[in-house]
Amino acid sequence: MADFMQFALSGVTVGAVYALIALGFTIIYNASDVVNFAQGEFVMLGGMGTVFAHQAGLPLPLAALLAIALTAMIGIIFNRLAIETARNAPVVSLIIITIGASIFIQGVVQIVFGKQIYRLPSFSGDTPIPLFGANILPQSLWVIAGAIIVFIALWLFFTRTMTGRAVLATSNNRLAAQLVGINTNFMMTLSFGVSAAIGALAGVLVSPITLTSYQVGVPLALKGFAAAMLGGMGNPKGALVGGILLGLLESFTAGYLSSHYKDAVAFIVILVLLSVKPQGLFGTKTVNRV
Amino acid sequence: MRISPKMATLLTLSVIMLIAPFFFPSAYYFRIASLVYVNALAVVGVVILTGYAGQISLGHAGFAGIGGYACALAPVYLGLHPAASVVFGALASGVMAWIVGRPILRLKGYYLAVASLGFGILVSMVLTNEIAVTGGPDGMKVADLGLRSWLSERGLSLTNGQFWYTITALLLLAGAWLALNLENSATGRALRALHGSETAAGTVGIDVASAKLTAFIISAVYASVSGSLIALMNRMITPDIAGYMHSIEMVTMAVLGGSASVAGGVFGAAILTLLPQALTSFDQYEQVTLGLIMMLVMIFLRQGLLPGLASLLKGRGA
Repeated sequence: MADFMQFALSGVTVGAVYALIALGFTIIYNASDVVNFAQGEFVMLGGMGTVFAHQAGLPLPLAALLAIALTAMIGIIFNRLAIETARNAPVVSLIIITIGASIFIQGVVQIVFGKQIYRLPSFSGDTPIPLFGANILPQSLWVIAGAIIVFIALWLFFTRTMTGRAVLATSNNRLAAQLVGINTNFMMTLSFGVSAAIGALAGVLVSPITLTSYQVGVPLALKGFAAAMLGGMGNPKGALVGGILLGLLESFTAGYLSSHYKDAVAFIVILVLLSVKPQGLFGTKTVNRV
Repeated sequence: MRISPKMATLLTLSVIMLIAPFFFPSAYYFRIASLVYVNALAVVGVVILTGYAGQISLGHAGFAGIGGYACALAPVYLGLHPAASVVFGALASGVMAWIVGRPILRLKGYYLAVASLGFGILVSMVLTNEIAVTGGPDGMKVADLGLRSWLSERGLSLTNGQFWYTITALLLLAGAWLALNLENSATGRALRALHGSETAAGTVGIDVASAKLTAFIISAVYASVSGSLIALMNRMITPDIAGYMHSIEMVTMAVLGGSASVAGGVFGAAILTLLPQALTSFDQYEQVTLGLIMMLVMIFLRQGLLPGLASLLKGRGA
């Protein structure tokens, strides 16, 4: 039973990270219909940025804020230069553009910071806290809390604020949103900024546990992607549930079946789910009008 | 006499293949050129799937992995000749494509991209983790094809580089010829019709699902043969062949060159295979350059480099 709890706790921790990344995907997908394969690089930039700002002498919270702000800027620039200019390009082109951005960002980070693996100090020490007969790292609590806070904040933003509703309106129908006076370009900028910031936050929170280097982005992006699809693309609630579910599945697979195939779980689940229920757990069926 | 675009592509390709060796400064260039042809072969498959039929696969490296490891494993476990193993790998890939393709080809756009990506990653994970059979991440040795010694016994002695240059060039030509024939066949027209609109294609009586599946299986066989050739040429193989990056490379080569045509795909394969060679002295900047090229071409020359450059030239001339 202690084992079970331990696996569950680590599953929820990893799942919270996947959920954050999936939320980032969801926001950009909703605003622009683009699946951003560079989402993992935002996570990497958040972690790496914090490491270097911290090494340069900034206190940890300030370093994290700076890294998140810079990543948000990069997200906005990426939208302006690449996504806006390539509007209406076919899906394949957009996939190549965002993968190109991902490779480009990795390349720049590798030139500037090198190929080493870096570690960020834990926010509140490394003494495990006993919980339900198992142990949890204080940093895991930070990760879980981070995911919950971001989810609630986003939910309030999208349902309770004018700007949030304007973003949703833009995603539903860009032209109609423009017609009622919404600045759709600003909404796109905002979405990319927020999405990049959430990715960076995930990077800051998880780096003390998983370490970071210029290469950590792609695997995280793929898992976050799987989580987003599991829940149903474009659905924030789905992203959260998909992320946690994926984290738990991975953790139990590693614990009870095979640690080698832990990373396979995400993709097996995706293949099976998409074959059976192509719109994901919480997605709605779309009808193709001709 | 007017030369059809099909003949033009095949003729240009053969002329380049014949002339290129005279400009090779060293034997090493035979190997580079062979790599271009092997990659181009896989990319021609992607052109059929993506360019003709409009379907995306980010997991085709999985089929290259199956083809490659077939050449490594079949001679050891089944006692097959390496050449027969290529065919065996192609069959295995075709069957696998049929099994995987049936459910996932119902998906569209990003969903299809991710489902296929998942398939590719699963193949590479099996190859990496089943160490007892595949040698794990270190890979394994591949048997000699034996054709080169057979040829030299009959008086045709080629260096290793020349031999593989010839083999890969011939297979690419054959692959390009098949793809070009397919383009103008009933199946090819069906594929292009469903690329335009699946609903419209369905209403004129095209079996959309089976046409997509056909394209998927054919392109899987191309990837598989390309993987087999890499294995036989290098005399060794590692799971990288089935990796995510390899899948991305294939699609990028096709789309960057111009996935609508075989010529574009081959051009893209050449550019992206040669680029890292040209940049070896700037190793650090390779990734940055590649990423930048991918973004710039897709933003500014959406049809790909070859059609893009062609229309630029035409614009000048007019």
